Amino acid sequence: MSGKAFDTRSPLSRARGLGPAKEGVAHWWAQRVTAAALVPMTLWFVVSVILLAGAEHATVVAWVGSPVTTVALLLLIAAVFHHAQLGLQVVIEDYVHNEGLKIAGLLVIKAAALVLAIGAAFAVLRIALG
Amino acid sequence: MPSDMPTAERASAARPPAPRPLSPHLQIYKPQLTSVLSILHRATGIALAVGTSVLVWWLVAAAAGPAAFATVQGFLGSWIGKLMLLGWSVSLFYHLANGIRHLFWDAGYGFELKTAYASGWAVVAATAGLTALAWLVALGGMR
Repeated sequence: MSGKAFDTRSPLSRARGLGPAKEGVAHWWAQRVTAAALVPMTLWFVVSVILLAGAEHATVVAWVGSPVTTVALLLLIAAVFHHAQLGLQVVIEDYVHNEGLKIAGLLVIKAAALVLAIGAAFAVLRIALG
Repeated sequence: MPSDMPTAERASAARPPAPRPLSPHLQIYKPQLTSVLSILHRATGIALAVGTSVLVWWLVAAAAGPAAFATVQGFLGSWIGKLMLLGWSVSLFYHLANGIRHLFWDAGYGFELKTAYASGWAVVAATAGLTALAWLVALGGMR
């Protein structure tokens, strides 16, 4: 066994001989892929919303309901909420060290992301499909 | 430690805890551009995640009809609504610009100290510029 003065592994970790859970790469990749996708999508959304500032209901509904916008909004919703829950997961894992609170927090943010994403997608589809 | 020991015995064998390295607490460090921008990326990310609920409200109200939509537009047009939108837009442009900076780091570029500071100031400038531009166009379009 290592005789080094500083070993970043805990005694328990050494005793068990376990490595990481091997799930980190998928999380890391998903965070970056959604980030890269969100760069153009966010710019498109912000420009669209700025041009719609103060617009009437009929104008906004016509915009949401046009086929290209509908599909783009659905993609945006999926990317935004996937990216958000991945990011919030890391924040909770970094700062919440009580195992029970951590699991509860993770469940809450993942459930909230799902509820908001489905709610937003349902609203867009309801407008698009009349 | 003999490797032929049973696992349970090895795990429980009396062994003083190794002197594990600890980093000093945050308040020891003088705030630097790089560290301030780093924590702001996380803070704006959390703010944007919370802000998506307003976006969902806006979409759901648009689907619900003109009356519900007028309520949202009225709220967003009020001073508190505009203040929230200002905070949301600053957070968005910051997180967007600094996120691109992060993607360059992830690809292995821009780690030199000079480059990290230059890109950091570029993010600050882009945030200010894009926020100002967005509000000029939005408020100009409403008149």
